[in-house]
Amino acid sequence: MTSQVSSPAEQAEPAEQQAGFSPPGAGDEPSRLTGQRAGAPESGGKEVRRLDRVIIRFAGDSGDGMQLTGDRFTSETASFGNDLSTLPNFPAEIRAPAGTLPGVSSFQLHFADHDILTPGDAPNVLVAMNPAALKANIADVPRGAEIIVNTDEFTKRPMAKVGYATSPLEDGSLDAYNVHPVPLTTLTIEALKEFGLSRKEAERSKNMFALGLLSWMYHRPTENTEKFLRKKFAKKPQIAEANVAAFRAGWNFGETTEDFAVSYEVAPAASAFPAGTYRNISGNLALSYGLIAASRQADLPLYLGSYPITPASDILHELSKHKNFGVRTFQAEDEIAGIGAALGAAFGGALAVTTTSGPGVALKSETIGLAVSLELPLLIVDIQRGGPSTGLPTKTEQADLLQAMYGRNGEAPVPIVAPKTPADCFEAALDAARIALTYRTPVFLLSDGYLANGSEPWRIPEQDELPDLRVQFTTTPNHELADGTEVFWPYKRDPETLARPWAVPGTPGLEHRIGGIEKQDGTGNISYDPANHDFMVRTRQAKVDGVAVPDIEVDDPSGEARTLVLGWGSTYGPITAAVRRVRGAGSHVAQAHLRHLNPFPRNLGEVLKRYDTVVVPEMNLGQLATLLRARYLVDVRSHTQVSGMPFKAEQLATVLKEAIDD
Amino acid sequence: MTEALKLVPKAEAKQSMKDFKSDQEVRWCPGCGDYAILAAVQGFMPELGVARENIVFVSGIGCSSRFPYYMNTYGMHSIHGRAPAIATGLATSRRDLSVWVVTGDGDALSIGGNHLIHALRRNVNLKILLFNNRIYGLTKGQYSPTSEVGKITKSTPMGSLDAPFNPLSLAIGAEASFVARTIDSDRKHLTEVLRQAADHPGTALVEIYQNCNIFNDNAFEALKDKEQAQEAVIRLEHGQPIRFGVDGSKGVVRDPATGDLSVVEVTAENEAQVLVHDAHSASPTTAFALSRLADPDTLHHTPIGVLRSVERPVYDTLMADQLETAVEQRGKGDLAGLLAGGDTWTVVG
Repeated sequence: MTSQVSSPAEQAEPAEQQAGFSPPGAGDEPSRLTGQRAGAPESGGKEVRRLDRVIIRFAGDSGDGMQLTGDRFTSETASFGNDLSTLPNFPAEIRAPAGTLPGVSSFQLHFADHDILTPGDAPNVLVAMNPAALKANIADVPRGAEIIVNTDEFTKRPMAKVGYATSPLEDGSLDAYNVHPVPLTTLTIEALKEFGLSRKEAERSKNMFALGLLSWMYHRPTENTEKFLRKKFAKKPQIAEANVAAFRAGWNFGETTEDFAVSYEVAPAASAFPAGTYRNISGNLALSYGLIAASRQADLPLYLGSYPITPASDILHELSKHKNFGVRTFQAEDEIAGIGAALGAAFGGALAVTTTSGPGVALKSETIGLAVSLELPLLIVDIQRGGPSTGLPTKTEQADLLQAMYGRNGEAPVPIVAPKTPADCFEAALDAARIALTYRTPVFLLSDGYLANGSEPWRIPEQDELPDLRVQFTTTPNHELADGTEVFWPYKRDPETLARPWAVPGTPGLEHRIGGIEKQDGTGNISYDPANHDFMVRTRQAKVDGVAVPDIEVDDPSGEARTLVLGWGSTYGPITAAVRRVRGAGSHVAQAHLRHLNPFPRNLGEVLKRYDTVVVPEMNLGQLATLLRARYLVDVRSHTQVSGMPFKAEQLATVLKEAIDD
Repeated sequence: MTEALKLVPKAEAKQSMKDFKSDQEVRWCPGCGDYAILAAVQGFMPELGVARENIVFVSGIGCSSRFPYYMNTYGMHSIHGRAPAIATGLATSRRDLSVWVVTGDGDALSIGGNHLIHALRRNVNLKILLFNNRIYGLTKGQYSPTSEVGKITKSTPMGSLDAPFNPLSLAIGAEASFVARTIDSDRKHLTEVLRQAADHPGTALVEIYQNCNIFNDNAFEALKDKEQAQEAVIRLEHGQPIRFGVDGSKGVVRDPATGDLSVVEVTAENEAQVLVHDAHSASPTTAFALSRLADPDTLHHTPIGVLRSVERPVYDTLMADQLETAVEQRGKGDLAGLLAGGDTWTVVG
């Protein structure tokens, strides 16, 4: 470790230990910082220090615009070329009572000059817009970190509301931190007085003042934020200019005030990335683009049937913007109609999708069963959130795995694909579409709230890197009866894939009827024959079992690991960060991550048996572990967390260490 | 060709009723009203003149929902109540198809009530045939949402408690642009209603009174028995005075005080006051009043025919227009441009 006052955040990833971030005034050891004193003219003669990574958390009331502030800082950071990872965290209420703990909304951003995997365990800098934001977040902030507080809000009533009997700014309780008291509201109002806005209107720009200040502190480019503000408020030019002015005032405040003596540089992470063109992207956006790309690569129109639900609605919003791609979005009367319309469109030959979260999946179950029976391609996108029931709409969880796997009547197998990072949602969507179209089956795409709203840099793929997903509709009879008549049999399967032919309405001579009643093999006619049902159930299962998925790859650089950590979905970042940390400390651990939960990769059983211990961390009560034990008779060690928040790398590293040492 | 079928390819050769019969054995109970409806629909289809392969029948669950299996068109026998939702996806993504929904009183009004009202308000280009027999047949005889109060069934041995839906009132309340009622046994009338429904751009709801001879036999006998029907059935025709009974001796008039409709003996004095049926009236008020003119117990004064048929923007057309507008305004989607977005940076290897 580099600093005397070390924080868990700094230890999260060994790569980050080499240079380390040392909060000003707390373990300031220049030899370990590549800082230049009074070097940079653009920072007004102030000291500039170079850091390898920083974690910032913006926190305020849900009406304070913290998500917007975080998004803008992220965009600035992305365009600067740092690697980054974000964690928005907000309440389900649109405007929870002001100044209360449940109403606090925050946005955490981790950015670095090298590749990073998580939004970071603990912030180096907390921006607290009010006492509630301070109180709700202080437990996560390591001692020695910087805290910027809006002192204007630290008056009697707001403090009393969250149980501060005395002001934490004065009673010494923050002595271990490097506190910057800034009257953000007053300064913003002062900066905007020439705009003739009401006090209330002017106050609203205080988040931009804060953004300006942080942009100065971390040498972020500012042009795009100004452009963004002018575009966002294009219809209200006065408000646009007021926000720009507040943003600049914040920047200038950092530049001139003595309280901020140091600013920081985090160099672009160019060497961490393969060559290419990059952008910042959130999981839901990447998933939306993946669906559009799949439609293009399949040469089929995209049809989304959906009902708004957190945290999946953004996909509906995004796809509805791209009608010029031939995308049809249908906001249905309910979850059932959403998937029903999608299934109808699939029957008509579209690449059909429904998007939802856990409660919506429950409502769609019967239609998913119908899709299994009809054997039509259909994507079911489940952006998992905390459950059961309404649960925690804005928080993350992985507890829909067994629902996706088994949550239907009868034997109704459905392939399951899970993305592992926000950007990976793009490829996962293409992969899910491949399976659906090739095997004529509904497919689950299991993302979650953490991936959906988190963001990271993404190398934009070239068109020729995208898979060819074109399908062949059946246009001619596929069977000859004993008397020589040519007929179409809707359930005569491809011997390789076991997929049935897809003949869409409008194809002459292939008129046929399909339905949810058991069908006779081949003809598709209604059949109650016991032997036929047994055959059809086994055949549908065999089709899904036979879906081609790549072998799982194991990462074990030393080749000496006796412990394997196996994850799926969004835990990839924290697990990988934990693995780096464990390896950095000299231990051996192997890592593998599942993209395909159904069917499992062919080699999975063999891989599991290779290790003495298999640790399976999940944000549920051990659903993957249950599947693995049942399937492979391997007593995996399940580590679970259902807090609505992603794993912290530090904690996972401890879990791995214990497993290795056992 | 009419607006409703403008985009649907025409049949190349003349089609016959036989072309619309599938090879599947029809398995309704002997004597079921569904046979008559099936025959009427199969008989009418050739007249539509559209390519058979561009016709799709979608159904839910229930006796009536076996219908698609017997039509030699494309078809889907789906799940309980969901046919309007599935058909909406098909109709809005494939405007070159003629999409028909076959449903029953339980399927459409109980488990699928939500989808029905939303399909109607959107005005998707669907033709919904609602077979109303006022009973659950497939589950063997429980009361349905159109059963009369006090219905003694297996699940209501002391009589049913719920007030029934009036399907046409419900449809009109749900902003339906086309609402009609007909009877299974009156093939000529049924066919004429189908003709008008098929011509209608948007959602057409056709309630077909259908006899379940096993669990609710003779539910509509008052409308079928030649003697009684004279007094019981009011045949609506657009632009014609609403008269019925022997020699048109009765007529429907509006009470000037309340606006309600009532039945009167037509005399020389009141003849001018007999209501002239206007199915195209912008206001749904009269159609609504007509939908509930019948005596719920005796079914006397039951209007049949097209109660309401008005032009309203069609959902699938609007949806397609938006796609075209988007292309006009922004050009055909450019995937590379979309993926790149606004802010990018380049890493040189």
